[in-house]
This record gives sequence, structure tokens and C-alpha cells, in this order.
Amino acid sequence: MINFQALSKRGGSVKKTILDYFESTVNKFPDNIAVSDINNSLTYNELMNKSKILATEIVKYNISDKPIVLLMKRTTNLPIAMMSVLYSGNFYVVLDCESPLQRIDKIITTLSPAMIIYENDLASILSELNLQIHKLDFEDAFRNIVIDEQSLENIRNKMTSSNTAYSIFTSGSTGVPKGAILTHLNVISYIHWFIKCFDINENTSFGSQTPLYFSMSVSDFYASIFTGASYNMIPKEYFAFPAKLISFMNDKKIDTIYWVPSALGIVAKFDLLKYCMPEYLKKVFFAGEVMPVKYLNYWKKYLPNILYANLFGPTETTDICSYYIVNRDFDETQNIPIGVACDNCELLVVDENGKEVLDDSIGELLVKGPFVASGYYANKEKTSEVFVQNPLHDNYIDIVYKTGDLVKKNKYGEFDYIGRKDFQIKHLGYRIEPSEIEVVLNTVDKVDLSVCIYDKVNDKLILAYEAKNDINKELKQASEKLLPHYMQPSEFIKFDIFPKNANGKIDRKQISKVILEDKGE
Amino acid sequence: MERIYKILEEIIPNTDFKGATNLVDAKILTSLNIVRLVSMLNEEFDIEITPIHLIPENFNSVESIYNLVVELDGE
Repeated sequence: MINFQALSKRGGSVKKTILDYFESTVNKFPDNIAVSDINNSLTYNELMNKSKILATEIVKYNISDKPIVLLMKRTTNLPIAMMSVLYSGNFYVVLDCESPLQRIDKIITTLSPAMIIYENDLASILSELNLQIHKLDFEDAFRNIVIDEQSLENIRNKMTSSNTAYSIFTSGSTGVPKGAILTHLNVISYIHWFIKCFDINENTSFGSQTPLYFSMSVSDFYASIFTGASYNMIPKEYFAFPAKLISFMNDKKIDTIYWVPSALGIVAKFDLLKYCMPEYLKKVFFAGEVMPVKYLNYWKKYLPNILYANLFGPTETTDICSYYIVNRDFDETQNIPIGVACDNCELLVVDENGKEVLDDSIGELLVKGPFVASGYYANKEKTSEVFVQNPLHDNYIDIVYKTGDLVKKNKYGEFDYIGRKDFQIKHLGYRIEPSEIEVVLNTVDKVDLSVCIYDKVNDKLILAYEAKNDINKELKQASEKLLPHYMQPSEFIKFDIFPKNANGKIDRKQISKVILEDKGE
Repeated sequence: MERIYKILEEIIPNTDFKGATNLVDAKILTSLNIVRLVSMLNEEFDIEITPIHLIPENFNSVESIYNLVVELDGE
């Protein structure tokens, strides 16, 4: 006789949601450290239990498939809240509590969330927001240590892989942030590639730099959740005052880091590795902005025998769509390639007419497959601009994501990153990639980094650069020697250090704003 | 002390450093300008501020920066 009871029971070999992978990890490695910060740490078992207790509170409000925003600091409490929202059958949006109130407000207006979970010491932000929604105090929820297993089970049975797991907001060019919608299936597909490609397992110890409202955090956080690895949150201050950075990494036996290049650059700028070494470090990944070869070479000088990989992708492809494992040396006139497509992800390059580029010309990168998000929350207009029918056929629904990034195949068959389609400048009739100018002028001695901006009103190229001293003269000479006349900046402006956005990346918009406002434009 | 004021004045103009005790906590000194401050202090006083000195406590007031410089200068 067929045992229908057993057949219908969830589990077996089919894992449909993030929670199935999480619980499989909890079963295998209940006492492994799941998450830690400078003050606390939680084992997998503790993380699951606390998430279920909080989920039990959420479930009382009877909401499902709705956005729940998290107004919380970057501590071990935050992963509890994230997992609890998944258990409750809703999806989470982590807010950046340091961002201007106006931006938080815009995100909340876009979402109309069903609930906000907050920490008491951020209550002042909450009262300024003046929200008419359910408010749940994180600490309060743990007054009753009760888990309603039955309700949680019922919710799990109804969930599918296509349920939304979270939304991450990216800055929109119009000033209204867009919330990319990522499903359980996106995360499952993506993380499978990540853990297989980089051999992440229960012994891995991540040193996490990126905040949990930033897509890069999806990689190290969920790679941990899926394997039993540890997700150790390095405090942001350590990237300004790095005295304790390396000792923190050694205390936590951190062997894998995935940081933005600016964070790796801090280590180079202070020459930290001259004084102390991260003893356990085996793998260094970077993404989020172009990695200056200077920084990579600094790291390679001190740690020549470890793995370095350049990862590339937007929030809309979960995190990464292409990757390059550094397997050769680069000098400062070269760019580090973005490499090849991740397994289970397809990359297409098309020209302006939507025709596939098959040779080594420049084209826009399109991404296809299960890493691709389900569009932007409550924003049909922006969604339909970039989540489009595959331009190569019209036979069935086949959505691709237009990255807006320009790429080109190199002689190794890898993709090189050329620049943003919307940064492309038309100057003196030429189409110019600012990054091309930057790479050339970065090689000038004493220049740390440079950003080329375009002054539309005066039709001028301006080079902003980071250096200790004013070296306008040297830069002018170098650009006359190394660049065609139409690519030579006519003005040079020194910065002590470039402004960074909330994710720690160089803020090009801010640089351009500062320079152009100075000119009264 | 005056030389430290001068450096700070150059890096972050129009800020009242006298009596300030929370330069780091108030985000006046941040990752954006600490690199430059350290390199200027190193140059001006011919000292070597090493990573172990890079803690917020050493930079919260002009006095603590002064103490750090004196300590490293061996004076």
C-alpha cells in the first residue's frame, strides 16, 4: 500500500526553499558558529530556534507574501530577523539605518510594507517615519519563548521556490530607489554555483565586510547558511581604524573574504600586511567596482599563494553572473577581466540593434537564467525597461536582464569590462569610455585612483584623482603622451580620498556633483 | 600641538577642533580622511604610525593625537 502520509511529508531529497537548505545545515552542524559579530555569536541551532521564536510572533499578525522591513543594526540579531521573515512566509527588506531619512522614507513608500521589525535604540528613526503599520520590537518578541511549530509547518507546506525571499534596493537614476525582487529559487540556484565553484564548506570562515542591504552580502551569508560555514561580520569601523582588523580575522580564523576593492585598498593604503598577516586567509574575492591592479598586486606581494577572484554582477542577477579566477599577472596598464559566465547562468552580448555580438567588438551584456530577479517591486515601468524578451527570438516568453554594462571578449575568451552604457561620453564626436582614460592615467606615479567625469555644459573632460600631492602638471603631460587628443582631460582636480557610498564603493555621482557644483552648474 | 592643528585645519577646514573629544564618534575623522591625516603626521613629525595605533581612541581629540605623536617620537 502507498503511504500517502510519507509521500506528502516535506523533506526527502526535494528542497524547495532556502529554509529546507538551512534546516539541513542545522541538522548536520547544529553546533557550528553560524553568525558572529564583535560581541556575540550564534550556533546554527540557536539561529534556527531564535528565528522560529520571532517567526511565531510575526505569524500572529496573519500576513503572507508581504514585504517586512528590518530597521536593525548589523549584528547577529539581523540574521535572526531575516530568517524569521522567511519562516513567516513573507519577504524581508533590510534598511540602511544610517542612510538619510528621506531615502528610507522613499523605500517604505514604494513597498508599503506590512510590518516593520526594529531595535529599540533605533526607535527615534521609527518615530520620525510616522508609519501606520505593524511595529514589532525585536527584543520584545523574545519575552515569550514559544515556537508555534504547527503554524510554521502549515506556512512551509504552502511555500514554493518562486516565493520572494527578499528585496534589495538599488539607487535609481531618477533618484527613486528600485527594489529588485529575489526569490528562493534565485538564491538556491546562485548559491549552488558559488559553493561549488569556490569549494565552500562547513569549515569555511567568512570575514564579511558588506552590509546586509547590499547584494554582495547574499554570497557569503547564504553560502554559510547552505553549508554550515561561519559568517563573521567585521565592524565597519575596522575599515577606517584597522588596528584590530587583522587580529579579528585571526581570532575568527577567517579563511575567505569577499570585499569591495575599496576595503581591500584600505589594507594596501595603510600597508597593514607589512605589520601583521591574516594567517588563515586562503581565498580573496572582490566585486562591486573595478579592482585597481595596484591593490591586487599589493595583496599578491604579501600573499602570493592564495586564490584571488574577480566577481561581477548586479543585484538583479542575485549577486554575480560572471567571474574570473586570477591566473596570471597584471601590470597597472591592464584591466582585470570579469571572466566567464557562472555555471547555470547564460551571458549574451548584443549590439545597439539587439544583434548578437560574436566577435570581439563592444556590446551590452545581457543575463539569462535562474539567477535573474523577478523585476522591481511595484515598478512596472522600470521593470519593463530592463527585464525584456530575449532579443534573439520571439517564440516563447524568455526574459533576459539588460545590465547596462558594456563588455568585450579578450584574446583569452574572457570578458573584459568596458564601462557603463550610461557613463559613455560623446565628446568632439567621439564615443569615449571614461574607464579607458582612468586606466591609462592610473599608471601615472603617485596617482592612487582616478575618475573621469564629463562636464556637459562646457563639453569638457575632467579628471578627478586621488593622490597625496597636487600633480596636475604630470597628469597633463602623461595624458598628452598616452591618450589621443579627444580623450585628454582638460582639467585635473585632486581629492585626498574619493567619497564612498553606503556600500563602500567610490561614489561617482557625488564626485561629479562636487566638481560641477563648484563650477556653479 | 599647533602643528597638529595646522594639519587638521588643512584636511578638514572650518571645524572647531579645540576642546573636541569626539572627532571619530562624531564622524569628523572618517575612513575618508584618516589615511591622509596619518601620512601627514608621519611626514611632519618623522614618525611611523603603525596599524596598532589605528584605534579611534587615539584620534578622538587633538590631545590624544598629540599624545600619540609624542609617544612615537620618544620625546
